[in-house]
Amino acid sequence: MSHTFQDIKEAIKTRFGEYVIAGENTALAQPQLIVKTSLLKDVCLFLRDDKRFFFDQLSCVSAVDNGPVKNTLEVIYHLYSIPFHLFFVLKVEVDRGDGKEQLPEIPSVVDVWRTADWHEREAYDMYGVMFSGHPDLRRILLPADWEGYPLRKDYTEQEYYHGIKVAY
Amino acid sequence: MSLLDHKFGQGGIVVSQLEDVLNWARLSSMFPMSFGLACCAIEMMQTFTSGYDLDRFGIIPRPSPRQSDVMIVAGTVTFKMADRIRRLYEQMPEPRYVISMGSCSNCGGPYWEHGYHVVKGVDRIVPVDIYVPGCPPRPEALIGGFLKLQEKIRKETLVEPKAVERFLANHKSEQPVV
Amino acid sequence: MSQPINHTFDPTHLERSEPLVIDAGTLKRGEMIINMGPQHPSTHGVLRLEILTDGEIVKDVIPHMGYLHRCYEKHAEKLPYNQVIPFVDRMDYMAAMNSEHAYAMGVERMLGIEHDIPKRVEYIRVLVAELNRLSSHFVAIGTYGLDIGAFTPFLWVMRDREHINRLLEWVSGARMLYNYIWVGGLFYDLPVGFEERCNDFVAYLKPKLIELQKVIIDNKIFIERTANIGVLPLDLAINYGITGPMLRGSGLKFDLRKVDAYSVYPELDFDVPVGTGAMGTTGDCWDRTHVRVMECFESVKIIEQCIEKLLGEHKRTREFDPQAVVPKKIRPKAMDFYVRAENPKGELGFFFRTTGNTDIPFRCKVRAPSFVNLSVLQAISKNVMIADLVAILGSFDIVMGEIDR
Repeated sequence: MSHTFQDIKEAIKTRFGEYVIAGENTALAQPQLIVKTSLLKDVCLFLRDDKRFFFDQLSCVSAVDNGPVKNTLEVIYHLYSIPFHLFFVLKVEVDRGDGKEQLPEIPSVVDVWRTADWHEREAYDMYGVMFSGHPDLRRILLPADWEGYPLRKDYTEQEYYHGIKVAY
Repeated sequence: MSLLDHKFGQGGIVVSQLEDVLNWARLSSMFPMSFGLACCAIEMMQTFTSGYDLDRFGIIPRPSPRQSDVMIVAGTVTFKMADRIRRLYEQMPEPRYVISMGSCSNCGGPYWEHGYHVVKGVDRIVPVDIYVPGCPPRPEALIGGFLKLQEKIRKETLVEPKAVERFLANHKSEQPVV
Repeated sequence: MSQPINHTFDPTHLERSEPLVIDAGTLKRGEMIINMGPQHPSTHGVLRLEILTDGEIVKDVIPHMGYLHRCYEKHAEKLPYNQVIPFVDRMDYMAAMNSEHAYAMGVERMLGIEHDIPKRVEYIRVLVAELNRLSSHFVAIGTYGLDIGAFTPFLWVMRDREHINRLLEWVSGARMLYNYIWVGGLFYDLPVGFEERCNDFVAYLKPKLIELQKVIIDNKIFIERTANIGVLPLDLAINYGITGPMLRGSGLKFDLRKVDAYSVYPELDFDVPVGTGAMGTTGDCWDRTHVRVMECFESVKIIEQCIEKLLGEHKRTREFDPQAVVPKKIRPKAMDFYVRAENPKGELGFFFRTTGNTDIPFRCKVRAPSFVNLSVLQAISKNVMIADLVAILGSFDIVMGEIDR
């Protein structure tokens, strides 16, 4: 039985109430649901365990930086249900922070899907997003003493790293 | 080979210079440390094995730096890897040579413009003897690089080993490494 | 390029750039932390494994990566869509055609031109993608045999891989990183005589595949080394997001070529091999390698069918232009789009965010299969021997270019 985006959205609304949904974008070919940041983990747990949907695979966690002008940062979760062949896109939006002292914070979904562990570490590494409840949040791709979060739109390279010139 | 050109009499005695013999021994059995980092490593593997066999030149890959004389830096060098490359280079015994294989280790390659984590050329870390261009270089190009290195070794003299000379020139202010 | 070397070697640099996770002060008597460092013959690239062991039995293993982080995502935010394709190649350098196929498919779907691509182009794409899948699986099986200690299959697969490289060089001009599958078509058409040469190759390869199967997969020593080692239960695999031959090795018949039915795969007839625990438990290393070898046979079937179609219904004509549908300016409307395809290593996904008014992607995130597959290493390597750890790692078939992007 195939459920549409609206079915899943209604199910979430019925379970958690109207206030959990912060917005939606149904104009896209792959519609997205924006949920409140604090309830992200509960929504994910519900989606994974519900008998109608059973979203057992977290395909991708992407962080998107909207730049210092708009000042928001989005983290997008792509869910897939293997038994029912359903796709779903969840999104949370947070304030960007300045990339040095103030870093955005999002609850971690590691307890829901273990694969989120490394995906979230990568989002932290590249964007500086803190995931609360993550067992081991540290840099994964860049060296531990690298300065800055490179994929932010206002990132500038450091001049030297360990004595080697960074630019060409 | 210059070694066998100078036969003495008819008795099969060969006279040559000590330098020539040493150089000939070194260039005929170069043992590279297999240091494949990225895509060039796969082309390096293909050059070592069936098809473009490097064993016929006396080149056998060794896993440990302590047992090798040439380091083929095949692939992109990143900042995280840079310190490890330096350490491995220091662990190789003299005489040692470095072949930089591929554009990434020559000059940063396709990542020169926006690659914040890519070292723009391994010669910012270790002194390089031969640069082999290509992305990835063909096996024939890598073999050509080895042959060029052989020519370079053939011209070396005993009195001033080139690698030591260069090293001392570059690191005048450094403390000796333990 | 010939700048003076100003890098001074400072031993604290190593500890600062990638500190150990396990605290040396908490070790019990007899335990030690061993580093299977970035330069190692068996780590399939620059992967560092921090192993807590008592000398032989592994208590914990923590992978460290990032030694090949080449900033693909930053390049994708600065270059137009068609100029990103060489960088896509270099991520999973063993299966470049498959990665390009996934990327090109994604951008075409965003532009809305996926139904305008000529059928001949689609068949050629599938043909080169399957040739590349063969190539990738060959290296996986060959280097796995090398890790286990079998040198001969490695030389055999390298010899066969050389033939595939020559074929693909004839098609695209490069042996390994092709830049052949463009958004909206191909760079060139197949050269004249390619289909016949490919048929000859397939006829040559079939007995070699059977030979390969006998020498490594049905080999008693290989079975002893890999059966019942590194068992990956299916529920753990799905929770960790594993895809590709690893998931099929754990018993689930899930192949994106059948499930999503993209490109011309619905018109081709092939089977999806699954691990059944024939030599040990379902989901052990032997199962995963067996799935890869069986997939090689299936790829050969697909190649034969493609060539038949390319010599028959979709024959080459003088007027055929592979770049006919390639758009001059690639400017998709503003959207978020996720595309996925079946790479030899697993599910390769691209997430695009476009702004609609430039021909440079705003964000291009890659869901790399090897990155996700490697995350399960810690969970399934408790209480194995160090040699078994090498066997488990080899059965994952990882490529560092993809993990670090």
